[in-house]
Amino acid sequence: MTEAVQESIERCRELLAAPFGDVAGALKRDHPGSKLVGCFPVYTPAELIHASGALPIGVIGGGNQIEIAHADSRFQSFVCSIVKSSLELGLTQRLEALDAMLFHSICDPARNLASVFKRNFPGIPVEYLHLPQNMGPRADGYLVAEYRRLLLALGELTGTPATDASLKRSIALYNRARGLVRALYRLRSEAPEKLSAADCYVLVRAGTLISVEEHVAMLEAALPALDARPARPKDRIRVVLEGSFCEQPPLELLERIEEAGCYLVDDDFLLGWRWFRSDVRPHGDPLRAMAGAYLHGSVYSGVKHDLREPKAKHLLDKVRELRADAVLILAAKFCEPALFDYALYRRALDAAAIPHLFLEFEEKMWIFDHVRTEVETFVESMLFA
Amino acid sequence: MNENPGYQEQMHLLQKEMMGRYYAELTAAAEGSGQKSAYMLVSGNPVELVRAFDLLPVFPEVNALQLAVKKQALPFIQKAEEMGYSIDNCAYVKADIGCFMNGRKTPFGTIPLPQLILCNYVGCNVYLQWFEHLAEYDPAPVFNLDIPFVRTDSGEPSAEDVTYVVRQLEDLVALCERITGKKLDREKLRRIVELSGQTGELWSKIKALTQRSPSPFDAYFDSVTLMAPLYCLRGTEECLRFFETAYAELLAKAEAGVGPLPEERFRVVIEGPPPWPYLRTFRDMFSKWGAVAVASTYSTVGGLWEFGFRHDPDRPMESIASHMLQWNLTNRNFLQRYEQIRRYLEEWSADALVIHSVKSCRLFSAGQGDMREYFTKELGIPTLLVESDIEDPRYFSEAQIRNRVDAFFESLEHKRAVAAQTTR
Repeated sequence: MTEAVQESIERCRELLAAPFGDVAGALKRDHPGSKLVGCFPVYTPAELIHASGALPIGVIGGGNQIEIAHADSRFQSFVCSIVKSSLELGLTQRLEALDAMLFHSICDPARNLASVFKRNFPGIPVEYLHLPQNMGPRADGYLVAEYRRLLLALGELTGTPATDASLKRSIALYNRARGLVRALYRLRSEAPEKLSAADCYVLVRAGTLISVEEHVAMLEAALPALDARPARPKDRIRVVLEGSFCEQPPLELLERIEEAGCYLVDDDFLLGWRWFRSDVRPHGDPLRAMAGAYLHGSVYSGVKHDLREPKAKHLLDKVRELRADAVLILAAKFCEPALFDYALYRRALDAAAIPHLFLEFEEKMWIFDHVRTEVETFVESMLFA
Repeated sequence: MNENPGYQEQMHLLQKEMMGRYYAELTAAAEGSGQKSAYMLVSGNPVELVRAFDLLPVFPEVNALQLAVKKQALPFIQKAEEMGYSIDNCAYVKADIGCFMNGRKTPFGTIPLPQLILCNYVGCNVYLQWFEHLAEYDPAPVFNLDIPFVRTDSGEPSAEDVTYVVRQLEDLVALCERITGKKLDREKLRRIVELSGQTGELWSKIKALTQRSPSPFDAYFDSVTLMAPLYCLRGTEECLRFFETAYAELLAKAEAGVGPLPEERFRVVIEGPPPWPYLRTFRDMFSKWGAVAVASTYSTVGGLWEFGFRHDPDRPMESIASHMLQWNLTNRNFLQRYEQIRRYLEEWSADALVIHSVKSCRLFSAGQGDMREYFTKELGIPTLLVESDIEDPRYFSEAQIRNRVDAFFESLEHKRAVAAQTTR
């Protein structure tokens, strides 16, 4: 691998390891006059923020860097970690660079978290999007209106309301960024020995912490270098990972899983930042294009209840397309959407005779031996049984 | 069963009869009476529309809670866990799905299969998953009636929200017409909506009675008696008659100064759903201290009539939409709930707030620690938080809850004694 791409990956790792407050502060310093809009998972129409002259930044929990000392008196023990650690970031003054925060209807704890943010951090305006759950004919007009409402709030925040032209520019830019991420994932599924799941992860995650322009430049440089890497395939099974679309597993966990004998050829990490299967239509009415892409061109997800086709069918299709040998369901502890989905996935995977393993994680976990052993046992049972 | 002999006797008997008939109808449908049924959810629902098509409304939540009350839920929960549902998933869903996949027979009746799976998504995200799963297990058509959450500072839905919901209701009408083979009878819908409006009016008057001292009934534990018909039978003549009887009976008690306990010593507001498997045990913990709930948030999951909402027969679709969007607890945001509780504390003259935090229902519970912080630190209201579950009997730790309840009321008594001494 060239030195430059290794440097990029190292820089991404450092970004991810740095205290969130520092990263957010640096982003703001590098873009004087820009407002920073925190985006809670899963999906954010980042184009709308960008087109209004603000910078989206992913607020995706505290990872395994912060200790939850205050937020656990606000949210109970049976609530997932990302809700508590994101609140903890605010309660410990690590979100001071934010000018607004955006949530959407993904689950009940995140929904209540939006209110708790509003009460505890009066300096950070909270916007809450309701994305449609009825994908029928009425959703399109509704979603355009909802995006228009968000644009109005963003325009007030920045003082530079989005125009059709700025929206189209932002759509083109995010299309480019998502296209590059899709190319990364293509590389991983075609030659997983060239790009580990953890390296791929940090390259994508960096996009939630830097400007989209910088991210595009970084990925444009990295992709050909990664592709040109000489690497010999190892004797590993090909695995699709599912269930980590909101709270994010620690990097070390991904490394241990792959070392245990898997190539993770696809996953749903940071799903909202790579939400569309193809480009958002770059011409015509931009809000209609965004809404149309949400309704007709987005990925399946535990937080989008699209009843036109069973969720499990999408998972099975993915397994077949990627010629995967098995599925790993990696659900965040107490994540109801992921835990519910598992029951449906398990049924469908059993019926299709696709081997699968269920594991739970927490963003702040730091002992990985038992996970490694479980994955190793699973892999061995497939290779040698 | 009650502290005062004859307490709420007629109302209770009537309720038992009505709910018995309702479950007999369900059983008959399950056994082939020919009546078609629609599965739907309690929170702010469009039951008026469903009834206009003579579809029998079936509420998996009500079935699940009945199973819990009758201590029959655990085996079904475990069946669902064997299917892959997590120990951390909502136990209402697990009890229902366990029952659904294993014959649908309960001690109170047999649950029919649905001809329509109507997910009225009013706030609760688990609803979406619950009915998505039922739709996987059953071939009946499924409809997600998507209700935008209350998310603006005004606390009111936007014009676009209302239009979106009304249009979906029209789509639902078309679907019901296909399922039943009948055109919507607008006059019939109007009458049903009118009945709901009148029932809501009585329910609202009943809730105002607990502002009196002593409160004529317990607004948490006794509201349950009224909530079952309000949800399962709203929009029918018999439901309206039941509420007329209940109001007359409770008004008479209020006039006579009779309450549910021999002496009302503490007036509390209770937030959160009840622990159905241990309802009696939980109630006794409060009765022992002379504590009566004068208001409860749980009794507003189906609708917020006490703050002014009425179904309007002149605008049936719009008022159904308004009920679903704005006039129920679950589609409102968490801070609106703080405000609702604050009003209860003030306008119902309560001494304290009790938060019952349930693991299953994170819509209710997630963040209740912040709620406690707000009421104790910002408003100076004595607040007790106890944890258990609505459905899963494995989460009820009787001794622990009793200790906390006792300690809380001891401290309230102590404060009261000190205050009395200083004013003497």
